Amino acid sequence: MTIKLGVPSKGRLMEKTFEWFAARGITLQRTGSEREYAGAVEGIDGVSLILLSAGEIPRELAAGRIHLGVTGTDLVQEKLALWDQLVAPVEELAFGHADLIIAVPQAWVDVDTLDDLDAAASAFRDKHGFRLRIATKYHRLVREFLRSTGVADYALVDSQGATEGTIKNETAEAIADITSSGETLRANHLKILSDGLILRSQATLWRSRMADMDDADRATMTALLARLS
Amino acid sequence: MATRSEILAKAASLRALFEAQGAAVVEPPILQPAETLLDLYGEDIRARAYVTSDAMRGEQMLRPDYTLPVVQMHMAHGADPARYTYAGEVFRRQERDPNRANEYIQAGYEVFDRGDPAAADAEVFALIHGALDGLPVTAVTGDIGILMAAVAGLDTSASRKAALMRHIWRPRRFRALLDRYAGKTPMPASRAALLASDGAITAPLIGLRSLDEIETRIAALRADAAEPALSRTQVSLLLALLDVRETMPNAISQLHDLAVDMPAISDAVDRVAAREKALAARGVDTGNLMFEASFGRVSMEYYDGFVFGFRAATRPDLPTIATGGRYDALTRRLGQGGEIPAVGGVMRPGLMLELEAGQ
Repeated sequence: MTIKLGVPSKGRLMEKTFEWFAARGITLQRTGSEREYAGAVEGIDGVSLILLSAGEIPRELAAGRIHLGVTGTDLVQEKLALWDQLVAPVEELAFGHADLIIAVPQAWVDVDTLDDLDAAASAFRDKHGFRLRIATKYHRLVREFLRSTGVADYALVDSQGATEGTIKNETAEAIADITSSGETLRANHLKILSDGLILRSQATLWRSRMADMDDADRATMTALLARLS
Repeated sequence: MATRSEILAKAASLRALFEAQGAAVVEPPILQPAETLLDLYGEDIRARAYVTSDAMRGEQMLRPDYTLPVVQMHMAHGADPARYTYAGEVFRRQERDPNRANEYIQAGYEVFDRGDPAAADAEVFALIHGALDGLPVTAVTGDIGILMAAVAGLDTSASRKAALMRHIWRPRRFRALLDRYAGKTPMPASRAALLASDGAITAPLIGLRSLDEIETRIAALRADAAEPALSRTQVSLLLALLDVRETMPNAISQLHDLAVDMPAISDAVDRVAAREKALAARGVDTGNLMFEASFGRVSMEYYDGFVFGFRAATRPDLPTIATGGRYDALTRRLGQGGEIPAVGGVMRPGLMLELEAGQ
């Protein structure tokens, strides 16, 4: 057997992950044609590279089909119930920073806090006959956050992309999404609620608590983690 | 562990017990239209219920409880008065505790009766209490109506009372609002800045929430800022009320004492006292029955009067064995103009068998 390392299969997240490992003497690379998701590991024996969509890495870790995986804190906490029983963070990789936040139109000068959002939602529901809609793809994290902070009279609507545009399109009144610089928000005339930070996320190397290992794997894991810390 | 057929047999015997009281057996469908449930409970229900959908009927939920479909059915074409009983599966998503069942059997009893509410409350409680006889359970009662009366009686603006009333079921925000209204926590800096400004909007107006709505809220914030702070006496009385946690006779005497300074709760306290008599008349040992004013505040939002629950005395790990309460307002919301006082309760035969086996 080998230690299976799951890494995002494309884009900046993949490149930065490769760089992070390279800086620790472990070379990860894609092999074969550009379209083929195969990979190779050099610099340590007994580790194989699995290229996956970043969104699927939490599930694969939880199922124990990979031993280690790189993905955002946001995705792990959104996709895995009781995530801390299934996976453990090994290292934060110091890139892929993104905050999951709640944002509303800048024109809402009367709304700056969750307390305001709650009051606005109540009035909105009275006036329009339906709940104030918040567009997001992070349903669990957002719902949990709003429940614990006592916000009512809202409804989550699913938005898998271009979430900042939903308000202008009148399919939502507010959004909950990840942002790194806030530029897209500003460009869409949105502002972040001052107490609307749900989660700070960054690319993190996770270890599965569910994956089986034999003695050789355990030795490889120990050696690998020693190189990475 | 009891088998499924043992649990079903137990549920059937409970239903038969309720039927013997004159209840009609009802069998609401397992798939419920999601819209009504979402409208009633809001987004929270999505965390608790399984949602499914098809292209024809849209979103539907696997029945998370019976009360709602029974109320809808009754309001559409029920007799008056009416008593109903049911037994069957309910489905609850579990995302935090893997040991909690996501599908279990409930047996329940619902009373729609315009007559004596104290007697109806006592009838439901005493029946369930009797069915649990011999099991190591402890009962707790409460009354959301007292809290609502106390809020309604505060010496403050209607909008502040409405905000507190809306959050009776969210203790954290309720407390935060109370602290704000009492002047204990300062106004957020952003609000102070808004109120000091002319409230001009420079950013482009996007989305469905209109300029008029924003200006209405700013006006409401200005009015609220001019509102005097809630008196410390009223706040401490309200907090003392929330803290009442005693056996029924002692609780009632504490509530009567509080009602001297909070006359608004007098009627609600009288209702608790009347209920105590009705319970005693049904043979319930009210001298040892707990009353907690805050009981039921974190549960389902529809109870607005009497609330009760039975917990396993020896098994704090188990969910509540039986719960219930009065939900007059729910019949109003689902009644399309009609309304009728209603009270009911549900039991979990699976947990009852588990408790029996543990004895």
